[in-house]
Amino acid sequence: MNQLLRFTTAGSVDDGKSTLIGRLLYDSKSIFEDQLEAVQASSSKKGFDYVDLSLLTDGLKSEREQGITIDVAYRYFATPKRKFIIADTPGHIQYTRNMVTGASTANLALILIDARKGLIEQTYRHSFIASLLKIPHVIVCVNKMDLVEYDEAVFDKIVEEYKAFSSKLEVSDIQFVPISALRGDNVVNRSENMNWYQGATLLHMLETAHIESDQNHIDSRFPVQYVVRPQTLENQDFRGYSGRVAGGIFRPGDDVVVLPSGFTTKIKSLQVGEEQIEEAFAPMSVVMTLEDEIDISRGDVICKPNNQPNVEQDVDLMLCWMNQRPANLNSKFYVRHTTRETRGILKEIQYKLDINSLQRMEGVEQLAMNDIARVKIRTAQPLPFDSYRKNRITGSVILVDEGTNETVAAGMIV
Amino acid sequence: MSQYYLSHLKELESEAIYVIREVVAQFEKPALLFSGGKDSIVLAYLSRKAFYPARIPFPLVHIDTGHNFPETMEYRDWLVKELGVQLVVGSVQESIDTGRAKEETGYNASRNALQTVTLLDTIELHKFDAAMGGARRDEEKARAKERFFSHRDEFGQWDPKNQRPELWNIFNGRKHQGEHFRVFPISNWTEMDVWQYLFTENIPIPKLYYAHDREVIIRDGAILSTSPWLKLKPDEKPTIKRVRFRTCGDMPITGAVESDADTMEKIIDEVAASRKTERGTRADDKRGETAMEDRKKSGYF
Repeated sequence: MNQLLRFTTAGSVDDGKSTLIGRLLYDSKSIFEDQLEAVQASSSKKGFDYVDLSLLTDGLKSEREQGITIDVAYRYFATPKRKFIIADTPGHIQYTRNMVTGASTANLALILIDARKGLIEQTYRHSFIASLLKIPHVIVCVNKMDLVEYDEAVFDKIVEEYKAFSSKLEVSDIQFVPISALRGDNVVNRSENMNWYQGATLLHMLETAHIESDQNHIDSRFPVQYVVRPQTLENQDFRGYSGRVAGGIFRPGDDVVVLPSGFTTKIKSLQVGEEQIEEAFAPMSVVMTLEDEIDISRGDVICKPNNQPNVEQDVDLMLCWMNQRPANLNSKFYVRHTTRETRGILKEIQYKLDINSLQRMEGVEQLAMNDIARVKIRTAQPLPFDSYRKNRITGSVILVDEGTNETVAAGMIV
Repeated sequence: MSQYYLSHLKELESEAIYVIREVVAQFEKPALLFSGGKDSIVLAYLSRKAFYPARIPFPLVHIDTGHNFPETMEYRDWLVKELGVQLVVGSVQESIDTGRAKEETGYNASRNALQTVTLLDTIELHKFDAAMGGARRDEEKARAKERFFSHRDEFGQWDPKNQRPELWNIFNGRKHQGEHFRVFPISNWTEMDVWQYLFTENIPIPKLYYAHDREVIIRDGAILSTSPWLKLKPDEKPTIKRVRFRTCGDMPITGAVESDADTMEKIIDEVAASRKTERGTRADDKRGETAMEDRKKSGYF
């Protein structure tokens, strides 16, 4: 059974990110002739001596004009083992906002280090965001090994430095691979220039990363999305609760409790379309029916009586501010959490994080674009939530501006 | 012990169903833009799954250019009955007749760009506040940056440089009066995923997609079906070829590929072996490097 792996990359023009993506797409035969012809034509029109594979990933007119990537772009490729979705994020403009966006749905982060330069500010920043967003797997690619004569000592030193730094972060699964994206060493095919390296190629790591445990299958959570009521003659009394399982496993006959009301009942049936199923787990979209008729609406959470989320109005967050207009203390927003929307107020900014040094800055009263801060918010209605560490779905919120309706912040519940 | 993970196709299905339900939950008057093509067919079937045993709680909207393949129209009418869903038709001919749109002339004339006017008029007339479409990010480079929930201002325009960030699976459908959203539930699907899904779910598709004998001409390397709307150049001689279509656009601009694939299995093999993208057969995308982005900004699908 082929699984889907979502991974994120971030980097700037020079670190070979576009070349690496181009290499993965090209070597896995995911670039089509007409795409390649278009890129070849653009490259020669610009007077380049080589085919610029980054043109494959730069989509918007202004990006092509300026030769930079503005926005998160999604790329797709497949091997006989897995399907891959790449969230390709730019390294320079609004980097935090875009990296956080790309990281939010990723199982894995690719971190690129230029072998000649070693760890730089961007390495720390990207790694920290991967850790903040709880991306379960990280692969550190030490790139441009061809430019350091494929020297084992260079690779070892970078690995050592990275390990020392990452011990401060919360990433459990880190792998390292020495590559040359330009020449193809250890990307898809094994390098003949680095016999000292006994590990897997990058593609092999992507194909075998253990993502089966990335979903929470312990704490049962079912945020109700929409109530299905056919109101047709043959289904007059049908009342189903549709939603996407956010955690745990549900089976017909299970005792459940509905939050925030606290009513208890049993699961009568689970179905996907016409098919009745025996088990529902994350990330399945299902319709659930219950033994008793109780009042349930969008935003309620169905869970198990012996394992319930917090239901509170005061919520501690690591917040990433994403809007040009800054946030001030006591600013009000719409708070969106799973399928629920309520209003919220920014009560306290405990500290702001310098994401390069990981230093905390206290006494901050305003958050600007790309700031990351530990804050407290109070919501108008109680939210049934878990910590982000426990569950990325029931542990995340976005803040929406009441005037412009823009998404202005992303929050990870502490 | 059971395996508690999904195949990639099941995960994509689950994601799309989630997005479709979000649309119904967050908007007052959603609609599904139905072109008759395989992507919008998948979307219609996903919608049925999302709300079963209830009926699909929104209409299918077809922007009828008047230049459709007869097979597409036949399929559309069959599907509407099959799903028990309401059909709304926006007519490009009507937009032309009332002077809202101006017909292109010449050999490569197309009503493709004219659809935008009819589409925006139809959205406004019916007060649709969310229009779902079957666009996929792998189709075209401008689409690669599209959100699931894509905000449109009161002129129906897309501002690619000022898109709302989209995190986790929390979709922000808040808008002001007069604005609307385009929503793309199968954003993350590839052409191959669509074919595999049609196959595993046993979904019927228009006959156009299967290999058949057809009268065609070859123009600028594209195989075009003869039709009342295709103006032949003096030296163009129609011939019969065994072809099939990879996309299902307007008759005068949708190129065919030579093929013997007359079953779904053979089509999947052919797609897997193909070295050209499906949009490579579309004359509308060859009008310039950013043809799609330009059309999208002004309100195209």
